[in-house]
Amino acid sequence: MTVPPPIAMLAELTHRCPLSCPYCSNPVELARAETELATEDWVRVFREAADLGVLQLHLSGGEPASRRDLTDLVRAAREAGLYTNLISSGIGLTEARLAELDAAGLDHIQLSLQGTDAGMADEIGGYRGGFVRKMQVAGWIKAIGFPLTLNTVLHRRNLHQLPRALEMAEEMGARRVEVATVQFHGWALRNRDALMPTREQAKEATRIVAEARVRLKGRLVVDYVPADYHSDYPKRCMGGWGSTGLNVAPDGTVLPCHAAQTIPHLTFENVRHRPLADIWYRSSAFDAYRGTGWMAEPCRSCDRREKDFGGCRCQAMALAGDAGAADPVCVKSPHHAALQARAAAHAAATAPLIHRTAPGRPVPAEPVVG
Amino acid sequence: MDAAAIPALPRGVRLHFDRVRGDWVLLAPERTVTLDAVGQAILSEVDGKRSFGEITAALAAKFAAPRDQIAADSAAFLGALRDRLFLEVRP
Repeated sequence: MTVPPPIAMLAELTHRCPLSCPYCSNPVELARAETELATEDWVRVFREAADLGVLQLHLSGGEPASRRDLTDLVRAAREAGLYTNLISSGIGLTEARLAELDAAGLDHIQLSLQGTDAGMADEIGGYRGGFVRKMQVAGWIKAIGFPLTLNTVLHRRNLHQLPRALEMAEEMGARRVEVATVQFHGWALRNRDALMPTREQAKEATRIVAEARVRLKGRLVVDYVPADYHSDYPKRCMGGWGSTGLNVAPDGTVLPCHAAQTIPHLTFENVRHRPLADIWYRSSAFDAYRGTGWMAEPCRSCDRREKDFGGCRCQAMALAGDAGAADPVCVKSPHHAALQARAAAHAAATAPLIHRTAPGRPVPAEPVVG
Repeated sequence: MDAAAIPALPRGVRLHFDRVRGDWVLLAPERTVTLDAVGQAILSEVDGKRSFGEITAALAAKFAAPRDQIAADSAAFLGALRDRLFLEVRP
């Protein structure tokens, strides 16, 4: 099989974050600050990525603004020739820092939205005053003229705010809005009883998005991630394992996707010890689920096998206990009916939010999974 | 597209030569559009100063092709980019 070069790299600069969202996609075991790659390591990795064929760099976290060297990293990424996108909650971005990022050549900002008012946003983010601050940051972003995407994460508690979120995207001058129903990986997996949308909510969100796409055509692009527990076919995760993108964790571990460490039999390489190209083209973790050769039935003979590549390997691991199985979201999975029943039960349950902790802090006990 | 309209790449959208794959691409937020020779030729004329009419005249001369055909192809290509907000068109 010919392996194409990757197009995109997600650089998780740090797991530190002022917010503690209960659906954080970071792993439950967070990397501590002292294990993070140094500035010069990241600069080298950006060059290696560009040489490998990466075109799009996403600077993420945690909160990337928690890195004091963020401006230097943006400058280095642009010098390497990468399209540089910052994914931030806004907390830690001042007007002066945004001006520095502008001068350093930052191409685009994605600002996350936890809710459309302070009550919702600060409860979900676990950070009082966060919403007011975010609105201030959105104003500075607009004044500088950075291209902006508003990233909304929707779940049972805030799905009713979707129409207002779309209005806010327009008010902020965003060209693009991501309407993402929460994906149940990382911390979100522990919060399914608190966050799972109902089937009716998921349908309503799909209707609102379809209507908004027509109404806002030419003004605002709406990208949508539907609620997959309520879907019949899985997502083409990462564009296909090891085909399009890669993630670098704060400590330099290179992952085929941000949740790949939940697959216990995989071993991952680190940019401290091996060149990025070598890891992409010649490492067991990237080879494990590339293409279709690893598939079993029902994927192996399925006519969708090169469309969605069997869905998400981490979700197959979490829900079917086998990372080589079909994603249980798929109607052809023997676990599909059970998953849909479980989704309905999660959606009908009530539970307090379990916010993520800070790196190095004890992880709260896992709730009993039903 | 109106002949007097001026197409321009907005901030955050740029032409880039992908030296690894040997293609011209348009880089935009969360998107990479691989350009064929025609798309690259059209976009290389878009400078935010010249009008659509001037651009299509230049392309017709460069490729010794009928201007109407060039204008129709360019309008379709640029219109699709505009719909995705990868292009601004100033009246």
